[in-house]
Amino acid sequence: MALTREQLAQRVAQELQDGYYVNLGIGIPTLVANYIPAGIEVMLQSENGLLGMGQFPTEDEIDADLINAGKQTVTMAKGASIFDSAESFAMIRGGHVDLTVLGAFEVDVNGNIASYMIPGKLIKGMGGAMDLVAGADNIIVTMTHASKHGVSKLLSNCTLPLTGKGCIKRVLTDLAFIEIKDGKFHLLERAPGVSIEEIIKLTEGELVVPDNVPEMKF
Amino acid sequence: MAGFDKVVASYEEAMAGLEDGMTVISGGFGLCGIPENLISEIKRKGTKALTLVSNNCGVDDFGLGVLLQDRQIKKIVASYVGENAEFERQMMSGELEVELTPQGTLAEKMRAGGAGIPAFFTATGYGTPVAIGKEEREIDGRMYILEPAIKGDFAIVKAWKADRYGNLVFRKTARNFNPMAATAGKITVVEVEEIVEPGELDPDQIHTPGIYVNRLILGSFEKRIEQRTVRTAQS
Repeated sequence: MALTREQLAQRVAQELQDGYYVNLGIGIPTLVANYIPAGIEVMLQSENGLLGMGQFPTEDEIDADLINAGKQTVTMAKGASIFDSAESFAMIRGGHVDLTVLGAFEVDVNGNIASYMIPGKLIKGMGGAMDLVAGADNIIVTMTHASKHGVSKLLSNCTLPLTGKGCIKRVLTDLAFIEIKDGKFHLLERAPGVSIEEIIKLTEGELVVPDNVPEMKF
Repeated sequence: MAGFDKVVASYEEAMAGLEDGMTVISGGFGLCGIPENLISEIKRKGTKALTLVSNNCGVDDFGLGVLLQDRQIKKIVASYVGENAEFERQMMSGELEVELTPQGTLAEKMRAGGAGIPAFFTATGYGTPVAIGKEEREIDGRMYILEPAIKGDFAIVKAWKADRYGNLVFRKTARNFNPMAATAGKITVVEVEEIVEPGELDPDQIHTPGIYVNRLILGSFEKRIEQRTVRTAQS
């Protein structure tokens, strides 16, 4: 079975470590905040200028001056700090954020990522994504493995305009957890009940499959 | 106006001198921390062919989006421009020129513009459409692109509190691009929720020193929320 959005978030959350500063992109990455393992402390960075993002506010707590990068009303966690956009991206570009999680339309075997534009269809802009992929060393891309029509999004070469070049090393899809190195995809884990054959069929770029590919555990 | 007193009495006075074809840098992220009344004044004035530099372009009927209604914007430099149907129409038809710029690069372009740095190298955008036409250089084994700074004829800024000398304090995430925008305007105009006398703000707590501010006006604000998300008190 392909992973649900919640399972994708749960699997990413297993990669969190105590004391991590983490930037979560919009969509599935945002859900990761719901699955922070018990007993560890993680601080969420929101690139509009907040380190220590808290949960959504109650009706009484809503403050128009306090939003996240998805423009949603939020609260501040204990120990939060506020800063301007240049400072925020100094943190990101300077490599001070421990883990970045973001979505994509396509990735390829050379670690290229396309996530911000579909020419002629969707031209909304890259927001902070280009800075995030250029600045972070530890990035997990979350995405669906293939389109509804079975067209692979894990490619030998991205076809859409790039968000970043050679910057992605790990991809979690609804079917598999994959590492990118030496110009190839390497299958690390598969979703429970998903066969290796299905993953191979839906991966257009070169995929290295080791003898033992464990199922993800939840 | 006398000495360092930056306070002006009307929005007309605040935006005096804005002419067709000028570049305006605006603070704000989404609809948070936008100089909403200064934008309304630009609409009222009807100034045309403006180049706007702002992270976003508002929504159809609020924020910078209102300047699209009478086609006052010729070009916009922004990182994200969703959530606006008229914007999309003008962009697709070619009436509106859009220069998509990564968010961190945009903040740094404003900061550099205000700090006398003409351009800077960044890895952001290397190998992407953003790099087209820009100088590339390898530094310590990594590739970078040269990004020019941005300056504005005007900068429009929203702060929370100011003293009459234009020392500014921002509130929560309404700070965002405002401090950088404030440094990058030939004429920087700031609207605030409260003006106090010089000496009443703690000098250690001032986010933007008054040297960057030319005009200051007291406003009242709608502060529209774009994505109202709540939890129930129990959860």
